[in-house]
Amino acid sequence: MLEMILITAVKVFMVLSAVLTACAYSTYLERKVVAHMQHRVGPLYAGPYGLLQPLADAVKLAFKEDLVPDNVERVTYALAPVASFVPAILIFAVVPFSNGFTWFGYDIPGVISDLNIGVLYIFAMTSLGVYGIVLAGWSSPSKYSMMGAIRSSAQMISYEISYGLSIIGILIIGNTLSLTEIVAQQAAESWVFFGNWYIVKQPLGFLLYITCAIAETNRAPFDLPEAESELVGGYHTEYSSMRFSMFFIAEYAYMLGVAAVGATLFLGGWNGPFLPPVIWFLIKVFLFMFLYIWLRATFPRFRYDQLMQFGWKVLFPLAIANTMGTAVWVVLSGQ
Amino acid sequence: MTLDYAIFLISAAVAVFGATMMIMQRNPVASVLYLILSLVAQAVVYVQLGALFLGAILIVVYAGAILVLFLFVIMLLNLRSNPELSASLPPLGWFTKVAVPVLMVVELYFVVDRVIWPPVPTGIVGKNPDFGSVETVATMMFTDYMYPLQLTGVLLLVAVVGAVVIARRESAEPRKTTASPDNRNEQPIDTVAG
Repeated sequence: MLEMILITAVKVFMVLSAVLTACAYSTYLERKVVAHMQHRVGPLYAGPYGLLQPLADAVKLAFKEDLVPDNVERVTYALAPVASFVPAILIFAVVPFSNGFTWFGYDIPGVISDLNIGVLYIFAMTSLGVYGIVLAGWSSPSKYSMMGAIRSSAQMISYEISYGLSIIGILIIGNTLSLTEIVAQQAAESWVFFGNWYIVKQPLGFLLYITCAIAETNRAPFDLPEAESELVGGYHTEYSSMRFSMFFIAEYAYMLGVAAVGATLFLGGWNGPFLPPVIWFLIKVFLFMFLYIWLRATFPRFRYDQLMQFGWKVLFPLAIANTMGTAVWVVLSGQ
Repeated sequence: MTLDYAIFLISAAVAVFGATMMIMQRNPVASVLYLILSLVAQAVVYVQLGALFLGAILIVVYAGAILVLFLFVIMLLNLRSNPELSASLPPLGWFTKVAVPVLMVVELYFVVDRVIWPPVPTGIVGKNPDFGSVETVATMMFTDYMYPLQLTGVLLLVAVVGAVVIARRESAEPRKTTASPDNRNEQPIDTVAG
């Protein structure tokens, strides 16, 4: 009993530090990649190739003055960054990052908690993420924050439905809600190591997942809640110092979480030849993150009504069709 | 005292505390937040009973969707704390305030006594391993409770239609007075915020 608690605590600590470091270096990756796509060089002076830039940014943010404007609703204003940060981090509790291994005679599974309803747990956490944004907008005495929060909640509610439906196909084929089992089902059977990955069986589901995931995490081209040209900073306009950076970390943790879940569900998780499982998992998450940044540098922002129409009139029917098609296929093929 | 028992006591206390604080707030947003706290604590109780699915659904549906909608409406109406709520209640109000909770507790006692706990359960966690699992809930929903499920769907549809009718009647009035030739008031709801 005590050993189990200790092992879990160590795993939680390792995953948490890995996620937070990855958040910091995602900002570096984003600045570098976008810069090179625009024929610039990006951060260059802090350390070799600007590699210490995230550290410098963190120190700068931590030493800034924490400004609280007049007329804020104090409790919710302080609660909002935490409410947006915590669910983002909690996603990683059920993501399998490696296969199990034996260490000092203990069998250690490569996941913090192998919940048999892992997929539902992830949806529960992503659906709680909207509270941080709504509360931030509501408690700040600013029209820009309010507009950002209203846009964001409408957007997240609309896209959450298609987001959920996009992976129902996998659940129908796999007949399970456990992420560990879904990864096990995608193990290689022949030299075509990606033959069993769900991206092969669910190509439309994968495209829907990526699109909805970008909208869920409020990233370009769906970043209406923080459209700089219209709303200053959107819901976090009135936040400064560490509270602002918590929103910032939460956004990147969400991106990483959605990327990790996508890699687990569609790209075979830690399955892959030659390299160790953890490395394969990290490569797949990195691919997702690169795609995020690539899309940001490529597409202009949607208009708000276009965004809503796209969500309800294109993505939602496609997701329903994908679910129905998969169900019919599974019944007819007699699996 | 086992760990299970301690977790149950804490989450039950938090659930009751959240529910009580919810009805005692003057600020509607604070009410919603306390309700979320109560729901999360209830989800913990479900998980302890082994009903992982019901716990997750409670969070996804109630905390994740319905209460976001509550918060959204409160934000759109811009309700801050309401001083009128502190006005003294009419005499009948005091009676209702006491009678309704007493009735509910009595009712709940009978429901729990007769329906849910016919056999005496042993310990906190039930014996049946399939209790509240996805398969059990789905099988019951699509066999024994098929008609209630369909009827609930119709009921929700009626409620949605009713809400749309009420909302339309209000917006129909200014349209006559402004007498604008184009149909600008007939924009779909989803573009209002933009």
